Amino acid sequence: MRFSTRLKFVILFISIFCISPAHAQNAPGVYAIKGAKVFPVSGAPIENGTVIIRGGKIVTVGANVEVPADAQVIDAAGLEVYPGLFDPFTQMGLNEIGQVSATVDIVELGDFNPELVAATAVNPASAHIPVTRASGITHVISAPGIGGFDQSSGGFITGQASAFNLAGWTMDEMQIRRSVAMVINWPSIRTRSFDFATFSFKTKPYDEAKKEYDNKINELSDWLDRARHYAQVKEKGSPSLFERDLKLEALIPVVEGKLPVLVVAGEARDIRNAVEFCAKQNLKMILADGSQAFKVKDLLKEKKIPVILGPTERTPDEEDMPYDQQLTQPEDLHAAGISIALSSFGTAFSRRLSQYAGTAVAYGLPYDEALKAVTINAAEMFGIADQIGSIQPGKIANLIVTNGDPLEIRTEIRYLFINGQLTSTGNRHRDLYEQYHKRSQAGH
Amino acid sequence: MKRVAGLLAFAFALLTPALASAQDSNATLIQNATILTITHGNIEHGSVLIQDGKIAAVGTDLKAPAGATVIDASGQFVMPGIIDCHSHIAVEGSVNEGGPAVSSMANIADVLNPEDISIYRDLAGGVTVANILHGSANPIGGQTVVIKLRWGKSPSELPFQGALPGIKFALGENPKRSNFQPPPGIPPRYPATRLGVEEVIRQAFTEAREYKKQWDDYNQRKAAGEQNLMPPRRNETLVPLVEVLEGKRYVHSHCYRADEILMLMRVAKEFGFKVRTFQHVLEGYKVADEIAASGAGGSTFSDWWAYKAEAYDAIPYNAALMSERGVIVSINSDDAEEASHLNQEAAKAIKYGGLSSNDALKLVTLNPAIQLGIDSRVGSIDVGKDADLVIYNHDPLSVYAVVQKTFIDGQVYFDRQRDIAQRPELAKEKQALIDKEKKAGEEQKKAAEEQKKAAEGTGKKPDKKPEQKKKPPTEIESHGAVAGGAL
Repeated sequence: MRFSTRLKFVILFISIFCISPAHAQNAPGVYAIKGAKVFPVSGAPIENGTVIIRGGKIVTVGANVEVPADAQVIDAAGLEVYPGLFDPFTQMGLNEIGQVSATVDIVELGDFNPELVAATAVNPASAHIPVTRASGITHVISAPGIGGFDQSSGGFITGQASAFNLAGWTMDEMQIRRSVAMVINWPSIRTRSFDFATFSFKTKPYDEAKKEYDNKINELSDWLDRARHYAQVKEKGSPSLFERDLKLEALIPVVEGKLPVLVVAGEARDIRNAVEFCAKQNLKMILADGSQAFKVKDLLKEKKIPVILGPTERTPDEEDMPYDQQLTQPEDLHAAGISIALSSFGTAFSRRLSQYAGTAVAYGLPYDEALKAVTINAAEMFGIADQIGSIQPGKIANLIVTNGDPLEIRTEIRYLFINGQLTSTGNRHRDLYEQYHKRSQAGH
Repeated sequence: MKRVAGLLAFAFALLTPALASAQDSNATLIQNATILTITHGNIEHGSVLIQDGKIAAVGTDLKAPAGATVIDASGQFVMPGIIDCHSHIAVEGSVNEGGPAVSSMANIADVLNPEDISIYRDLAGGVTVANILHGSANPIGGQTVVIKLRWGKSPSELPFQGALPGIKFALGENPKRSNFQPPPGIPPRYPATRLGVEEVIRQAFTEAREYKKQWDDYNQRKAAGEQNLMPPRRNETLVPLVEVLEGKRYVHSHCYRADEILMLMRVAKEFGFKVRTFQHVLEGYKVADEIAASGAGGSTFSDWWAYKAEAYDAIPYNAALMSERGVIVSINSDDAEEASHLNQEAAKAIKYGGLSSNDALKLVTLNPAIQLGIDSRVGSIDVGKDADLVIYNHDPLSVYAVVQKTFIDGQVYFDRQRDIAQRPELAKEKQALIDKEKKAGEEQKKAAEEQKKAAEGTGKKPDKKPEQKKKPPTEIESHGAVAGGAL
């Protein structure tokens, strides 16, 4: 009896915390956001603008727009409308509680896992999803293999990253594109590393470290060569002799230059090696992390490599670098003509994306560029800018209606549209706040 | 590389006191700024006069004394230096003495490193005072110290004179070692449950009480004139705990869950000591009334959550909700980088829970000063307080605010314009040092080859290989080390 009561409580608990965010979903409808200052990102701001949403898409945006009779009107006078923010490198849905491995699906065993796809294991009921969207982030990319702040990373080709909206009952509903890039965790020549087993630093001679590195790069070349041969055999070989290989099959769009490689590298030497490797192999490269990208900006500019920078608020790699090196780097790269996007590289910290962008502005990045760096730029890098990233007719209606500058910490999200649906900003944190606020008010 | 960096840090260290001493004897007037006093409102077009390291006057039409340095801060904001109530900067080596479950004999004040670059970076984020804590590996951890960020001064000049020392306690996952594997061959350490954590603390204070009694008896008999007394044997583990019982040492306890917060309150009540601050206290909002009634402060994160099981109920409304219920609340960093934007972190309590701007600023100024018992000296812009001040180019609660200058005791310890101006010179110096190292390396290599040749000639083996260069740990490695010990 006691047990069943407890069980009921557990079910109640699950229903409160897992199902209610999804309940916030309405059927795709017709909306008119009226009277707001609209910042389309693709063009100049529109005073007293109106945005019409129908069937999940933006249909009209402008100053003198007729409101359809069947539209639900959102009076947004005094408010501002922006494209939903895009965090292009997260572990959203793959990482619930960093130190509880049962809740984490980021790092697979083995070095070469090109056939793995993040979308396979994104948990649509993750509490992180409503928490993140409440800060104006309407869509993200989740990438396997790279753990972010509280996780270790592992593997070499770690799998395919997936782009999806932060609302929906199932991943099928949420998905923008199942596979947007192949993630490569670029190896470093490491002579010194921290060993958690003994909780101490271990060193090895440079020659040994370099040899290990060279072997890894040769292995990567081999995989790509085999994928090219596999593609040829698949295309032209005898069907009776053809044996399907899931790993090589996954690499075909990469070697054909159709699927970008998202190369995670921070140190200048690693970035240089990766850029040269990708150029030689004719791979379409996007650099992720780039903590020392400023040191190789000429090369990045020359090869037209876009960069997804990690949090601006992080420590410079070396102790004698200027204290604000990470903060000024977005402007440093932008001024050099490199396309940049900003990302949290995390899950729980995804909601700090706008803070990272605002801080980049404080240290020199023009405001409009910062806005692009959290909306359209990453969409362009991954070839999904026809679907998201700006307020333009035909695009997925991922929009935020705010009471001011979305990069300011104090700004509130008043309305949230994801996939054309008015979506709740309610989340686990607000629920707990309201729940315990009541206890406090009861006067204990 | 590390050596080069070390030399540069040293060069920086030499520059700082030189600049500071030029202002030592003189007064400084900061004028035309918005003064965020914290205690008595904001003053538009206001001035702050600094004399002998103290705030001498605050107002709207202050005149600069003869010879005073005048800083025109038109359009800028002056606020009290940020106080970080949970920091691990300026510590040489590990912050954890993780061997015993009670490591109160260890003192973080013994391992202060005034040349840690994190001190300078945090100064650049407006931090002037930090509570330097031992790690959280033990239910009762090591002794702690409050410092001023006097970068480049000697280790003995870092501590905040007059601030009561503290001791770190830790509850929950870290002291029970749930997220740490002992190195191979090392058996797991007791305790492994929250039950055991409570028992360790209760046992330690049972012993401390007994030890205190022995000393009290001894002192009493000695005072009464008794001869030939043998003093009790000194116990370095129990001395700090006796100080806690006597109210001479603050308890700063790492904690997460509501149940363990209440647990420590019960134990403290039983043994008659006070918990000064609950640190992290991510579920403090669940028992805010109990914390307020106990008189303890709460020092928490702005919006960290979900990095471990006990952080899954963490909410960014924690600071505001606890404040609303009467708890003195601060927002801390626990991380050298996070400390450099605590003003931004404080601003989040406006969005999450509706604190006023002034109350949000209190979270990183006056409130941590109260928690550390130093509010008569720092934490607000009031006449007579230490001139620990920050000048921002915008409202410090804005994401666009950048620290321009940081003062400690009236001396400039960080100046953004100076920092930028020095960069070409430092880059040049670095290159010269690298060139020198390269040349030395080549010569070493050459000498080794010659030695080898000579050895081959005599049939002997060379005694030494050329030394390998070391690399500093990467971002992720150092993060890992911090996360392993401190969170």
